[in-house]
Amino acid sequence: MSSDVMPIQAVQASGQPWVETLHEWVTTVDHKRLGILYLLYALFFLVVAGSEAMIMRIQLMYPHNNFVSPQVFNRMFTMHGTTMVFFVGIPVLFGFANYLVPLMIGARDMAFPRLNAFSFWLTAFGGLLLYFSFLGGSGLYGAGNAPDVGWWAYAPLTSRAFSPGHSTDYWTIALLVSGFGSIGTAINIIATIISMRCPGVKLSRMPLLVWMNLVMSGMVLIAITPLSAAQIMLCVDRYLGGHFFDTQAGGSATLWMHFFWIFGHPEVYILIIPAFAFMSEIVPVFSRKPIFGYPVMVGATVCIGFLSMSVWAHHMFSIGMSSYSNTFFTLTTLAVGIPTGIKIFNWLGTMWGGRILLKTPMLFCIGFLFQFLIAGLTGIMLGSAAFNWQLTGSYFVVAHFHYTLVGGLLFALFGAFYYWYPKITGRMMSEGLGKLHFWLFFIGFHLTFDLMHIPGLLGMPRRIYTYEPGRGWDTMNFLVTIGAFVQAIATLVFVANLIVSYFKGAKAGNDPWDAWTLEWSTSSPPPAYNFASIPRVASRRPLWDLKHPEDPDSRYE
Amino acid sequence: MSAITTSLEGTPVAWKLPYRGRVGMACLIIAESAIFTIFVVAYLFYVGKSLTGPTPREVLETPIFYTICLLSSSLTIHFAGKFLERGKRGVFLGLWLLTIVLGGLFMYGTGQEWHRLIYEHGLTISTNLFGTTYYSLVGLHAFHVTAGLVMLSIVLLFGLANRVGTEQFARVDVLSLYWHFVDVVWVIVFTVVYVLGR
Amino acid sequence: MTNKHKTEWKAVAARVTGILVILTGVLLAARACVASPPGDHPIPSIFDPHSANAESLYHLSNFVLAITAVIFVVVFALLAYVTVKFRNRAADARREPTQVYGSTQIELAWTVIPILIVVVLFLSTARVIHAVQDAAKPAKAVAVTAIGHQFWWEFRYPELGIATANELHIPVSTPTYLKLLSADTDHSFWIPQLGGKTDLIPNRINEMWVQPQQTGVFLGQCAQYCGTQHAKMLLRVSVESPEDFDAWVHAQKQPAIQDEKEAAGSRVFESTSCVNCHAVGGTNGTGRFGPDLTHLMSRRTIAAGAAENTSENLRLWIQNPDAIKPGSLMPAMKLNDADLDALVRYLETLR
Repeated sequence: MSSDVMPIQAVQASGQPWVETLHEWVTTVDHKRLGILYLLYALFFLVVAGSEAMIMRIQLMYPHNNFVSPQVFNRMFTMHGTTMVFFVGIPVLFGFANYLVPLMIGARDMAFPRLNAFSFWLTAFGGLLLYFSFLGGSGLYGAGNAPDVGWWAYAPLTSRAFSPGHSTDYWTIALLVSGFGSIGTAINIIATIISMRCPGVKLSRMPLLVWMNLVMSGMVLIAITPLSAAQIMLCVDRYLGGHFFDTQAGGSATLWMHFFWIFGHPEVYILIIPAFAFMSEIVPVFSRKPIFGYPVMVGATVCIGFLSMSVWAHHMFSIGMSSYSNTFFTLTTLAVGIPTGIKIFNWLGTMWGGRILLKTPMLFCIGFLFQFLIAGLTGIMLGSAAFNWQLTGSYFVVAHFHYTLVGGLLFALFGAFYYWYPKITGRMMSEGLGKLHFWLFFIGFHLTFDLMHIPGLLGMPRRIYTYEPGRGWDTMNFLVTIGAFVQAIATLVFVANLIVSYFKGAKAGNDPWDAWTLEWSTSSPPPAYNFASIPRVASRRPLWDLKHPEDPDSRYE
Repeated sequence: MSAITTSLEGTPVAWKLPYRGRVGMACLIIAESAIFTIFVVAYLFYVGKSLTGPTPREVLETPIFYTICLLSSSLTIHFAGKFLERGKRGVFLGLWLLTIVLGGLFMYGTGQEWHRLIYEHGLTISTNLFGTTYYSLVGLHAFHVTAGLVMLSIVLLFGLANRVGTEQFARVDVLSLYWHFVDVVWVIVFTVVYVLGR
Repeated sequence: MTNKHKTEWKAVAARVTGILVILTGVLLAARACVASPPGDHPIPSIFDPHSANAESLYHLSNFVLAITAVIFVVVFALLAYVTVKFRNRAADARREPTQVYGSTQIELAWTVIPILIVVVLFLSTARVIHAVQDAAKPAKAVAVTAIGHQFWWEFRYPELGIATANELHIPVSTPTYLKLLSADTDHSFWIPQLGGKTDLIPNRINEMWVQPQQTGVFLGQCAQYCGTQHAKMLLRVSVESPEDFDAWVHAQKQPAIQDEKEAAGSRVFESTSCVNCHAVGGTNGTGRFGPDLTHLMSRRTIAAGAAENTSENLRLWIQNPDAIKPGSLMPAMKLNDADLDALVRYLETLR
């Protein structure tokens, strides 16, 4: 079949005044620009929340340290957690989804471009509102009126009686607003995937990144909304005299816990499933083989989506539920580990018999495999309710979830940045700086988060601004802080790479990695309309078919 | 290397995907259902647990008439859509207006009930657990009815300006999906508050 | 093999060795503090059980750790092997490897084996959950009611009629049943060497039991964020021989010592707002908002472990609590020096 080749040139910068450029970006409804806005927003807050972590680690370097007051420390851990989950994690993943999903399914934009823009600005405003809290109350040095109730905001600590200022209100309203933004984007992603696929992209032919964002968005619809509902109830309590969580009037503190974790647990799967998506796109390309077991990867992801809604009370094993409840949630928690763990095998199966290219994106993916394995295993320990009675509320848990989110999600994200940066900007990132970033971060990560398990095992609870000397926690805390500094330096190397490569990076061309999905068929960066003509597709790897017409995938699917 | 166009053999000739407006509204309904579920769970959890104050049995009167109003508005909006599809704009507008009136009656009924509860029985959102959960749940639903009425009124205005025809049927249909959702939620809220909760 | 491959081999080998070193170090360090001399247990390690419950949790944890260790070794070995064996070599840069899409048998195998592992882990956990939570309460058990406050622990022994704060005394071998309540926000009672943690939640009654096997002092602290001074809500548990425990109970049951030499101090106590919060048996102080001070000097620490129980600290705590525990609910009493000295001397008689 003959093909029409229509060269697409990148649009030249027209030398327009900067206000016009700014105006274009602020009013854009283009999924690629909104994707970039999400990514930049998330990167900014990654640095901010990372600084909050550094403040905490410096305070915890020595027992009885006086770097910050208890009030400031408590605001730091609350803001660090809240920012990382809601203003780094969700935006960065929505940023990649926004950018890549339409391109991968051969669409020209998302289903609802204006809703897309509206959702982004809602989320952005939520973040600004949350950080505005630093300017309230006792002012900047006392960390103002920033929330200090922990990112779970347990009742009744959040009631008017125990949180008389506005710190809780900032938390509640900022997250309510950004929550609505998240729901808007999730609706958009689902509608785009269902209704905007180009001819030939059957559901069974969609790239795994598309499938996984579909599952993740479905989860957002039913997981973020319980948090929104609980936050509305909290507002009713705090402003209208309601008693939802008012233990003095017969209300229940554990009801908040249930509602929060019905959101909170699926939320962490919402954060990690797109990381699985990045793995599933990058590992095959750098192993030069298709993903091993595509149907099971899809099925396992859908399974995780459903099962993850049934495990939430494993965050509540110590609150005094009956032995039957504890046993049930142990079962579901261990069960959800199965479809999750299987994926590790599928990625290993993809690498097996391949021709592995150890470029920076792949290095981060291999790091992910190693670290997600460990994180999953400590997750199994935490899933066993009886073992959990010792581990929960301690630094063991803190180490576990940082292992999944930093060792897992952040490593996959770094891989994604290095992999798709050429597509987004038209330039390659520096491979030398990339490897430096990887090794520095790897060393810092393990120094911090491997050792962090130990104080937890030796009885150190979490969320404490200082600790008693002589309990075996001192040296570990000191070394953990050193590792944090190393990670901070590595992150600066990464940011430098992003900036320098934008100006000095080698030109990327359409398809620098010799990959197989539709986004690599158009220019780097793509034109506003994405494709010269709407593609038509016959397999899961349309570009493989084009490059290997003698042995197309369509023969084997 | 410049662009590759991807034109391959074996792609389907007919390629029909669901209407994105419908998919979007279905997603919105799923999300809203989750919010309502949490409020219903809170309501059921707190049944009988108030430490003081009026109980449901003492103060609630089953709003049968206004429920019939709201549920019939689902019928009227359904038929309004059917007539619009066939191009009968006049009938469509009439039924659409009737839908708004019925929804408005329901809101009036809710307002009347709340007035009675507050001034005759002293039940407010801060009185006890029953007050908190009742006003929150019924209020959340009433808020969604109001939002629906606003949207229906906007469509009515466009309709009166003769801008709503068969071409707009798909979008009008998506809006009536929302209205049906609001009615289904009322069936559940009604059962939980006026049947189970007493 | 070219030089480039030799270097890459070395890099991978270095990485693998480094990882193994770190992991071994981690595991060894964690187990380093298992045995401690009797009487003094300064390291609250979960791997150093001294009670029946802590023992069963300890055995279960070892079992889970063993299984996860095996899984780790197997999968890590696969990862290392794959990364090294299938690395790109210059020779085959142009050829794509055989495209394999999946294998039903292999995928079945690596689904079934994890399912079996999960079943085993679940059953062993379920057994321990029931053993701990559904144990029959023996007739002869010491009953303690623990009430969590911001930021201190109230301990009442309802059957013995005594009340104390922050430092719990229990006998060895006899089980102690704790009823856990909260006066304000959520807290959590955690002494790792004596058992898992259980939360104290307002408007909810939780129960736990402890059956210590060795005497000594065991340390812990609040494990659920409860506000500004969550970090300084420390716990000391003294496990004592039956004779020592009885002696302690007997001493606690005595009314407050009334030393005429310190009458001035006791007047300060009874005539200022101290009595709004604090109780001293036999005086008009019956406040329950703060710790019971009847036998204050029988405790090693004050302010829930934030400071040693010395003259200077007592004085500082009353005059300026923020210097010891900023954000605690103890108000600065604003007494003149004479009154303050008298009050401290009086408090020091409350043995």
